[in-house]
Amino acid sequence: MRTWKRVSAYFFVLPCLALFGVFLFYPFAKTIYLSLYKTNNLGQAQIYVGLDNYREVLQSASFHNSLKVTLIFVFIVVLVSMLMGLFNALLCQKSFPGIRFFSTAYALPMSIASASAAMIFRLMLDPTIGIVNKLLGLNISWIQNPHYALLSVALLTAWLNSGINFLYFSAGLTTIDETLYERASVDGANEWQKLFRITLPSLRPILFYTLVVNIILAFQSFGQVKILTSGGPGESTNLIVFSIYRNAFFNFRFGTAATESVILFFIIFILTLLMFRSENKNNSPKKESK
Amino acid sequence: MTTIQLEHIKKQYPNGFTAIHDLSLEIQDQEFLVLVGPSGCGKTTLLRLIAGLEEASSGLLKMDGRVMNNVEARDRDIAMVFQNYALYPHLTVFQNMAFSLRMRRVRKSLIREQVEDAAEILGLENLLDRKPGELSGGQRQRVAMGRAIVRHPKVFLMDEPLSNLDAKLRVEMREEISRLYRKLKTTFIYVTHDQIEAMTLGTRVVVMDHGDIRQSGAPQELYEKPANVFVAGFIGKPEMNFMPLEASLAASSAAAYTGRKIILGVRPEHIHITPATSRTEQTEQVEQAEQVPLMRGHIKLKEMLGDDELIYVGNDEQKCVVLTPSREDLLPGENVRLSTERANIHFFDEQTGEALACRSF
Repeated sequence: MRTWKRVSAYFFVLPCLALFGVFLFYPFAKTIYLSLYKTNNLGQAQIYVGLDNYREVLQSASFHNSLKVTLIFVFIVVLVSMLMGLFNALLCQKSFPGIRFFSTAYALPMSIASASAAMIFRLMLDPTIGIVNKLLGLNISWIQNPHYALLSVALLTAWLNSGINFLYFSAGLTTIDETLYERASVDGANEWQKLFRITLPSLRPILFYTLVVNIILAFQSFGQVKILTSGGPGESTNLIVFSIYRNAFFNFRFGTAATESVILFFIIFILTLLMFRSENKNNSPKKESK
Repeated sequence: MTTIQLEHIKKQYPNGFTAIHDLSLEIQDQEFLVLVGPSGCGKTTLLRLIAGLEEASSGLLKMDGRVMNNVEARDRDIAMVFQNYALYPHLTVFQNMAFSLRMRRVRKSLIREQVEDAAEILGLENLLDRKPGELSGGQRQRVAMGRAIVRHPKVFLMDEPLSNLDAKLRVEMREEISRLYRKLKTTFIYVTHDQIEAMTLGTRVVVMDHGDIRQSGAPQELYEKPANVFVAGFIGKPEMNFMPLEASLAASSAAAYTGRKIILGVRPEHIHITPATSRTEQTEQVEQAEQVPLMRGHIKLKEMLGDDELIYVGNDEQKCVVLTPSREDLLPGENVRLSTERANIHFFDEQTGEALACRSF
C-alpha cells in the first residue's frame, strides 16, 4: 500500500515532468552535447572536438563584441525599463479620473508581441517619414547609424519590458500601509523623503525580484533585434542571442551556436546566483539580531 | 503655549457622506482632551483634521490664533500616535524614533540625545537596535509613543492608541500615558471609543455622535450631569436605565412639564433592590420617605462580577439593570421592588432627549 502511494505520486508529476523533459531538459542536454562537436548542415553532430568550440568562441573578436554589446544593451534595458515601470506605477498610485485608462496604457507593452512592436518602431524611427524625427526636429538614421542602433533597440526593449515592471511595482505599492505615509507627513517628510525613505525601502523585495527577472529577460531579447536591425549595422547590435541565431541558421555552425548558448546560460546563471548571494547577505544581519 | 480653535468645522467626503456637520471647539493649552463616541461619530476625522491629514470642507482651524487650514501636516508641529502604530518595518526602533528629527535636519548628536531621553522615559533603552517586527504589541505601542514624544511637539494627537492591546496591557499603558501627560505638560488630544479610557485620562471629555458634539466637560460632570439621553447612556457602565415617567412616578407632581412626556434615568449602581414580600408596612413607609420607588418586577437574570453582581429585573412593561454588592438572598424568579434616592434621578425630555433642569418632580 505504502509503496503504491509512493509510486502513484510520480504519476501525478509525470505530465509536467514530460513537458519539462521534452522542451527543457532534452534540448539543454542536447545543446551541451552539440557544443562539443562539429556539425553538418543539418545540425547533426559529426566530429567530436572536445572544448575546441569553446576555445574558438572565447577567442573570437565577434563574440567579444557580442558580449560587450549585450552587456551595454542589458544595462540600458534594465535601467530604463525598471525606472519606467516604477515611475508609471508611482503615477498611478493616486486615484484620479481616467486612472484605468492610464494603468491599462502603462501595462499594455506586456501584451504586445516584440515583433509587432519592432515593426511599428521601424516606421516611427524611419529617418525620412518617421514620427520620432519629425517630433524631435532631428535628422537621425536611428537604425542605420551604428551609434544609435543599439540605443534604439534597447529603448524599444525597455519600453516592452516596462509593462510587466509596472504591474510588479503597482502590486508592491498597494501592500504599503497608507498610515506610514500619513505618519511621515506628520513627522515632517516631504514627497521626496517619503519616496526614498518609505516607498523604495518597502519595495525592496519586489525591486530585487524585478531586477533578476529583468536581467534574464534582457539577455534573451531576440525578436526586436531580428526585425529592427538584424544585428547590424555592422555588428553593432549583434547581441549574443542574435549571434547564436545567425551562427546556427545562416552559417550552419550549430556547434558554435550551441557553445554560445551554453556560455550565455552560465553568464545568466552566475549573475543570478551572485544577486541572490548579495541579497541574502544584506538580509542576514536582521535575522542574527533576533 | 498652544490653544486650538475649531470654528464651524464641516467635513463632507466626495461621496456625500458628512462626517462632521458644524463643530466648534476650543482646546486649551496643556489640556488632555478626549474625543469619545461610538464608531462613525466623526472623532477620528476631527483628529485627522487637526493633524492636517484631512481638509475641512468649511470652517476654520486655528492654532494660537493662526489659521491653519492650508498649512501642510508637516509644518504644523504636531505628533501623532496611530492606531496601528505606523512603525517603519525596515527601520530599527532608534531610526523609527529619530525619523521626525532627521526630517527636520536636527544635529546628529542632538538626535541621539533626544531619542535616548525618550527611550528612557518609556523604558525602551534595550530595544533601540531591534526592528518593529521583533517587538511585542506593548513594546511597539511604546515605540509609537516614543517617536511622538521625542520631538517635543506643540500638540500630541492619539488615535485609539490602546485599542490593539489586550486588556491587561491596556490598563498599564493607560497609566503610562497619564504619567507622560503629567510629565510633559503639553496639549493632548486623544480619540477613543472606550469610555473608561475617556473618563480616566481626560481632563476634559468631548462626547460625539453623528458628527456633532453632544456634551463637553470634565469626566465627573459628564457622569453626574449628562446633558442628554445619549451622553447619559454612553457614559457609565453598565448603561443607565431609562423609563418613561408615567410608568414609574406620579406624573401629577411634574407640574411644569404637564402634557410633555418625560424620560427618567437612573444609573444601575444607584438602585436599591429589596424582596417584594419580606418587609413590613412600617419599613416600607420609612424607606418611601427617603426613597423613590421605581418599579416592581421579578429577577430575570443574575451576572456575577466578583464582589458585585448585575441583576436584571423586569415586568410586563419595562426592564431594569441593577448593580449591587453580591446578594445571595435574591434568586432568579423572585419578586423584587426597586427604589432610588431622589438626587440620583435624571430627567430627560422624551422628544429632544435633552436633560431637564428641574431635578425633582
